[in-house]
Amino acid sequence: MSSQSETQISNESGAKRIVVVGNGPVAHHFIESVVQGNKLPDFHICVFGEEPRLAYDRVHLTAWFETRDAAPLMMASEEFYQTHGVEHFANEKVITIDRDNKTVKTESGLEKPYDFLVLATGSFPFVPPVPGHDRKNVFVYRTIEDLEAITKASESAKTGVVIGGGLLGLEAAKALHDLGMQTHVVEFAPRLMAVQVDDGGGSLLRNKIEALGVGVHTNKNTQQIVDGENAFHRMEFADDSHLETDVIVFSAGIRPRDELGKHSGLVMGDRGGIAINNLCQTSDESIYAIGECALWNNRIFGLISPGNQMAKVAADAICGEASLEFTGADMSTKLKLMGVDVASIGDAHGQSSGSLSYTFFNQAEEIYKKIVVSDDKKKLLGAVLIGDAEDYGNLLQLMLNAIDLPEHPDALILPQRDGSVSVLGVDSLPDSAIICSCNGVSKGAICSAVAEGCHTIGDVKSATKAATSCGGCTALTTQVMNAKLASLGMEVNTHLCEHFPYTRQELFHLVRVENIHTFKDLIEKHGHGLGCDICKPTAASIFASCWNEYVLKDEHHNLQDTNDYYLGNMQKDGTYSIVPRIAGGEITPDKLIVLGEVAKEFNLYTKITGGQRVDLFGARVEQLPFIWRKLIDAGFETGHAYGKSVRTVKSCVGSTWCRYGVDDSVGLAIEIENRYKGLRSPHKLKFAVSGCTRECAEAQSKDIGVIATEKGWNLYTCGNGGMKPRHADLFASDLDKETLIKYIDRLLMFYVRTADRLQRTSVWFGNLEGGLDYLRSVIIDDKLEIAEELETQMQSIVDNYQCEWRTTIEDPIKVKRFNHFVNSKRHDENILFVQERDQIRPATKAEREIKMVEMK
Amino acid sequence: MYQLVCELDDILPNAGVAALVGDEQVALFRVQLEGKEHVFGISNYDPFSDANVISRGIIGTMGDELVVASPVYKQHFSLQTGQCFEDETVRLKTWFVSIDGNKVYVYDKKIEVA
Ligand code: SRM
Ligand SMILES: Cc1cc2nc3c(=O)[nH]c(=O)nc-3n(C[C@H](O)[C@H](O)[C@H](O)COP(=O)(O)OP(=O)(O)OC[C@H]3O[C@@H](n4cnc5c(N)ncnc54)[C@H](O)[C@@H]3O)c2cc1C
Ligand code: SF4
Ligand code: FES
Repeated sequence: MSSQSETQISNESGAKRIVVVGNGPVAHHFIESVVQGNKLPDFHICVFGEEPRLAYDRVHLTAWFETRDAAPLMMASEEFYQTHGVEHFANEKVITIDRDNKTVKTESGLEKPYDFLVLATGSFPFVPPVPGHDRKNVFVYRTIEDLEAITKASESAKTGVVIGGGLLGLEAAKALHDLGMQTHVVEFAPRLMAVQVDDGGGSLLRNKIEALGVGVHTNKNTQQIVDGENAFHRMEFADDSHLETDVIVFSAGIRPRDELGKHSGLVMGDRGGIAINNLCQTSDESIYAIGECALWNNRIFGLISPGNQMAKVAADAICGEASLEFTGADMSTKLKLMGVDVASIGDAHGQSSGSLSYTFFNQAEEIYKKIVVSDDKKKLLGAVLIGDAEDYGNLLQLMLNAIDLPEHPDALILPQRDGSVSVLGVDSLPDSAIICSCNGVSKGAICSAVAEGCHTIGDVKSATKAATSCGGCTALTTQVMNAKLASLGMEVNTHLCEHFPYTRQELFHLVRVENIHTFKDLIEKHGHGLGCDICKPTAASIFASCWNEYVLKDEHHNLQDTNDYYLGNMQKDGTYSIVPRIAGGEITPDKLIVLGEVAKEFNLYTKITGGQRVDLFGARVEQLPFIWRKLIDAGFETGHAYGKSVRTVKSCVGSTWCRYGVDDSVGLAIEIENRYKGLRSPHKLKFAVSGCTRECAEAQSKDIGVIATEKGWNLYTCGNGGMKPRHADLFASDLDKETLIKYIDRLLMFYVRTADRLQRTSVWFGNLEGGLDYLRSVIIDDKLEIAEELETQMQSIVDNYQCEWRTTIEDPIKVKRFNHFVNSKRHDENILFVQERDQIRPATKAEREIKMVEMK
Repeated sequence: MYQLVCELDDILPNAGVAALVGDEQVALFRVQLEGKEHVFGISNYDPFSDANVISRGIIGTMGDELVVASPVYKQHFSLQTGQCFEDETVRLKTWFVSIDGNKVYVYDKKIEVA
């Protein structure tokens, strides 16, 4: 329960004691703010949390289902608290405050004195007291324990109902749907998301959600819950209708957890909430309240970003200069709910007096947009966007910065079919405009990052943190970056090199559309000069991705980079390594023996690689064809370890042997490797397949990762090990194999078409405007209408596969090119080995000089 | 004196081979400029990687200069002068090469002296 001894830190040290009640995201942000302000030694913090674990990211609670593991959600850690001397207690509820003696008391009887008390107790889900609300298999959706319980119940449930069609209700409904239940949403109001959207938007949203197979029931007042006939529960509504279901989740709003404030006599709001001033101080000046339990100006803020602002203000008030103030927060939101873009800004209902509204409703494409403007049509007051929320960032800025609207405000939401640019230029925004509200990044901060050398959206993201949380601001952040680049006179030169005034992506397009097959043609038509070591390998790679011809064909040979030139990885001494393909890491004893025999015969250094195969090092160039002849005769083929191409598909042992495995990961890995082997790409591609969530194949660090689930395969993408590791994103869940392969085909081809040279999928993704949602819309929803083309293109690569080593050894002229000298059979005497741990290694320069002397 | 090393056809257009000239390794690059054949001879030894690999580099132009990029660490060397672009203190040895019909000759000082 307690991680530290109970010794009370006395006041002798002079440190002021801050007690924090609640260890949710906002409490944690408060503690971080104090730590960052460097105010600990002068203060001592003790935090009590009622939940069994330290603070975790409630905003992304639903992501728990991806791994069913709390670890990825954790915000606070034992280590962080210990490092900073923060005394912390989990599973320890505070039950009373003694304001006279300035102490708090916990359920288990602990007592702590405080100089400052910070209440960050959050809120609880409101469960209306309908008879039967306390039945078994009735849940709320707030903590990890709630989700664990829902998951457990889902195992024996067919149907699920969420009571409440608000933001959280729809998120919960998605979860029930994903757990495989036939799902319904029951809403008291006449429409979904009544707080954020109006009738028009609500009905469109409803259509979209129903199209996903989720039942929507509005105007339903639940009277009681009783035993069902065909399911566990029966819900009876005021209009005499009823609905049967196995699981019920209440999501009927939240209420502040203000009981400590109430019992200790702090000033409260009429409908709850602990009243605070601009410093987040309650009516007792040594007690502060922050987050969802706090009431400012008679308002509760049920979002994370105002809570974080309060945390900063309180930390500054207690430990700093009291220079910050909380002055309210904007409650605009943009989300993707069950695949539908929804955004609501400011006064979405047009409640301000005299306000006027404009509505655009495109029923065919299911897009609804509404703006609310002031009576003089000069200022934007609010907006609702459904189905297409791309304008969110722009509209939000117009409202927040009270920017004058164009003469005809409806232009803001009418489609601009003639390609004219958006009405709001980012230039009109003040430097102080907050572009990324999740992370509080201003336009000014983005501009200075650009001025300091961040010239891609990926760089700007990592330097400023903008666009790294909800991603809603990515488009706007990019616009600000581009505008700044332009103003610095830095029209970023995206030319591939001095010989081609095009990007790789543009060249790819030209090659494809004009059916260009040789470098000579390409440079004559679209470039100039002789080319160089940048454009030649790039062109070679594009030709290979498009036409998949033999890379050592005479007209391609001289374009190939170092390793492709001799179909092996050149080592530091000019020798080569040999890596035969061992698909999925599976190999027969006979083949293993062949590897050993060949290595012995040619005296090669042998090592198991990090990619589950065997690397044979130290072959001189003229030995390569002989070595490969033996390997190919024994049934091996090239492993493309030298190419910017598909490398390996790592596998775990999977369900065939492993007691936890839920599917045959080795089988799938081999299938995938054989499908994509030989695909050349802007950079190398690595895959992995794991047989269950234990993830022994480390699929989440790969360009393409696949993990078996009870219901199919989860597809992860754009992970990376290497220099800048990136955790892959879950792209789609529970796919059948056919769909999985389809998505991988499309993903890979889309990457091959659009990435820059030497750009791994992770970096490509980081620069992709629109992020994961955009990628999904292209790959899954086929927004660009290219899916079929991508698949066809991939199929042609698959069909044209050849083992280029086999082709090579069958052509005597090609084999001849492997001689070190054009005019002599001698080999390169500069290559010398010494023995180490019973194998060869390249001699160092010093060793070589000694040996050379000995030989002479 | 000039020593016959190979036929022009032994070298792919815009690519290189290594030749043994005396006891030295020469990288020969065949370049087609405005329809005319040229062969350049430059040391095959890459001082940055300490390996005999220059003949396996990609050739091209940097501005007006004809260059080869080392296949190991990608420094560029002028095919005409051997000068390294990334490090002005490094210059590779160069050889005179002459083409006679389909025959490629390299001028080797040592042989002449001998
Ligand atoms: C042989 C091997 C090391 C080993 O002994 O285990 C290896 C060796 C090389 N790696 Fe690697 N990497 C090997 C696994 C990895 C892995 C682990 C894996 O694939 O599971 C990684 C991290 C995972 C990843 O890529 O996301 C890895 C990240 C790199 C990187 C950094 C890439 C990045 O995105 O940051 C480079 C440099 C590059 O590609 O620019 C690199 C480059 C290289 C090169 C090609 C360097 C070079 O140009 O000479 C090495 C030569 C290989 C050769 O001569 O055969 N190698 N390399 C592994 C071959 C696996 C195989 O069977 O094909
Ligand atoms: C599923 C879900 C999705 C969400 N999505 C978003 C979103 O997309 N965007 C957004 O901005 N917000 C979202 N939210 C809301 C967001 O999570 C909250 O605004 C945020 O968690 C508030 O943080 P808090 O620390 O104030 O309260 P909480 O997170 O509720 O934390 C308070 C903690 O204090 C503990 N506690 C309470 N009383 C005591 C006591 N007496 N003693 C000890 N401990 C106590 C509680 O157990 C709790 O752990 C979402 C919430 C949920 C549930
Ligand atoms: S990932 Fe799962 S199935 Fe594969 S080896 Fe590990 S525990 Fe077994
Ligand atoms: S606004 Fe959420 S990431 Fe920027």
